[in-house]
Amino acid sequence: MTSWVDHLPVVPVVLPLMTGALLLLVDERRHTFKALISVVSLCLLLIAAFALIRSVDASQTHVYRLGNWPAPFGIVLVADRLAAMMVLLVAILGMAALLFSLARWDRAGPRMHALLQFLLMGLNGAFLTGDLFNLFVFFELFLAASYGLALHASGSARVRASLHYIVVNLVASLLFLIGVSLLYAVAGTLNMADLALRAAAIAPQDRALFEIGAAILAIAFLVKAGMWPLCFWLPSTYAAAAAPAAAMFAILSKVGIYAVLRIWLLLFGETSGASAGFGAAALVYGGLVTLAFGAIGVLASQHLTHVAGFSLLVSAGTLLAAIGAGQAAVTAAALYYLVVSTLGVSALYLLIELVERTRGPGADVLAVTAEEFGDAYAEPEPIEETGLAIPGAMAVLGLSFTACALLLAGLPPLPGFLAKFALLAALLGADSVAASAWVMLLLLTLAGLAAIIALGRAGVRIFWASHEPHIPRVRPIEIAPIALLLALCIALTLQAGAVMRYVRDAADTLHTPRAYIREVLPSR
Amino acid sequence: MNEIIVALAIGVLTASGTWLLLRPRTFQVIIGLSLLSYAVNLFIVAMGRLKVDAAPIVVAGAVPDPAAFSDPLPQALVLTAIVIGFAMTALLLVVLLAARGLTGTDHVDGQKDEAR
Repeated sequence: MTSWVDHLPVVPVVLPLMTGALLLLVDERRHTFKALISVVSLCLLLIAAFALIRSVDASQTHVYRLGNWPAPFGIVLVADRLAAMMVLLVAILGMAALLFSLARWDRAGPRMHALLQFLLMGLNGAFLTGDLFNLFVFFELFLAASYGLALHASGSARVRASLHYIVVNLVASLLFLIGVSLLYAVAGTLNMADLALRAAAIAPQDRALFEIGAAILAIAFLVKAGMWPLCFWLPSTYAAAAAPAAAMFAILSKVGIYAVLRIWLLLFGETSGASAGFGAAALVYGGLVTLAFGAIGVLASQHLTHVAGFSLLVSAGTLLAAIGAGQAAVTAAALYYLVVSTLGVSALYLLIELVERTRGPGADVLAVTAEEFGDAYAEPEPIEETGLAIPGAMAVLGLSFTACALLLAGLPPLPGFLAKFALLAALLGADSVAASAWVMLLLLTLAGLAAIIALGRAGVRIFWASHEPHIPRVRPIEIAPIALLLALCIALTLQAGAVMRYVRDAADTLHTPRAYIREVLPSR
Repeated sequence: MNEIIVALAIGVLTASGTWLLLRPRTFQVIIGLSLLSYAVNLFIVAMGRLKVDAAPIVVAGAVPDPAAFSDPLPQALVLTAIVIGFAMTALLLVVLLAARGLTGTDHVDGQKDEAR
């Protein structure tokens, strides 16, 4: 513990914590100063995340022993490729949300900057921790911050949606605690690596209890991930939240996915003896049902925010079904898909806010019902022969919207296509193709079609068929984060080879838990 | 005997909590959540095995005998769980009051319940 690189894993937790605490001390009226602190902190976080991902990719897993206690007794932070990747994703989304909120959202309610920092801290901690109870604490931390952000700017709709959100998550937390304590009662440890090691040696009469504990824990994670039938709270809560908060929430459901991926592969991977592969079918079929539900939801949504929310469910379903396949190649493609879909949905949430300014409230509902019942009151519009005069703001918004639609529908040339292609190629390229893989091919294609129909319909209404072309006032700082997220997606296409190599290494590490266990517990 | 009393207590708390959680009024929901969190806290302690007259301390110098002292870890966990649960309940109370003020009803959906 001498080189500064050794302390890198703790930086993504400590830096936002310190910044958040500092921001609480600064007076609410000093907006510029607070914004400056937040931006500087997020820049540092981005640098730290980059450094972490480089050093993890170059060498192997970093294990950070807090207080330098040996592993099963002290709490460890473990930065492997997956964790480093997620931390970088959090930092990027945090930066986008922060820049977007600087235009006006950070003045819509108190303490937005501090809440954002605490959210980042909780998320980074959840991704980095190697201890099950510590994971619970970090879950509660980012959930508490997310309650605050969901309520940001208040209003009747937000309070109502947040009430459901908080109650659902509190119940999920209680299930989390029950699962953790059951695992502790059976295995006698909460360190994830130690649990993985002891999973094989559990007595046959205790094995059922161990599996029940893990299943209850999985329910808590799947509530966050939004697996059907635990997902009904998700679209309405995220739709009610302020745009930058919703953009950040796009990764909250991925925390659930991450936790399932990490703990399932550790506890029920190749080292776990008789329980290996426990619950795989539940993940696959649950994921497929979620995928179908999300696709139907996308089609049925009248508001763009709900389209984005159901797109999150589509991606959650895809990821769960892919994880359940339990093959390293499929997991690698799923990780690529995770990054792409998170960036895409996040950009869409930010974009919707800007697009909504072009027309009055309720326009979406009118648009959909008009299709259904015919627009009886439509008046013939005077045809203007002045040629196309697309205003700059509309052009930029339209382009971004098209990019988001291509991303979510999975069409080339954006990486949504590459991700789905890689996923299906890995699923169908295996030696024995399961029936669920063909169902997934069908559902993924249909979900893409649903996304293109829903977003195409909305896009036509907004950009081509608006009755009064009300040109929105869009500030550069609002369009910049969307451009940043979409540019990253294009970079993911151009650098697809390097990124795929990285995620394949990450998936290989996940599927060989022995290496992880050896890093955390070198003495065993 | 101890085991039966603790198990019954957890069961009664969980059952009442679940019933209250499914009620339509926000205050009932919050009481239900509190009862459930008490049940979970008891459950965590019970998962460290029930012992009477055993301190969660290892005597210095002596070789520790696991049968002679109770497991300290669940007690530490339950402390954390209590603190977090308390904070979340307080937060939920504030949201509950805000919802009552903004929607004018204490129904969980923010709408008047037509059934009654």
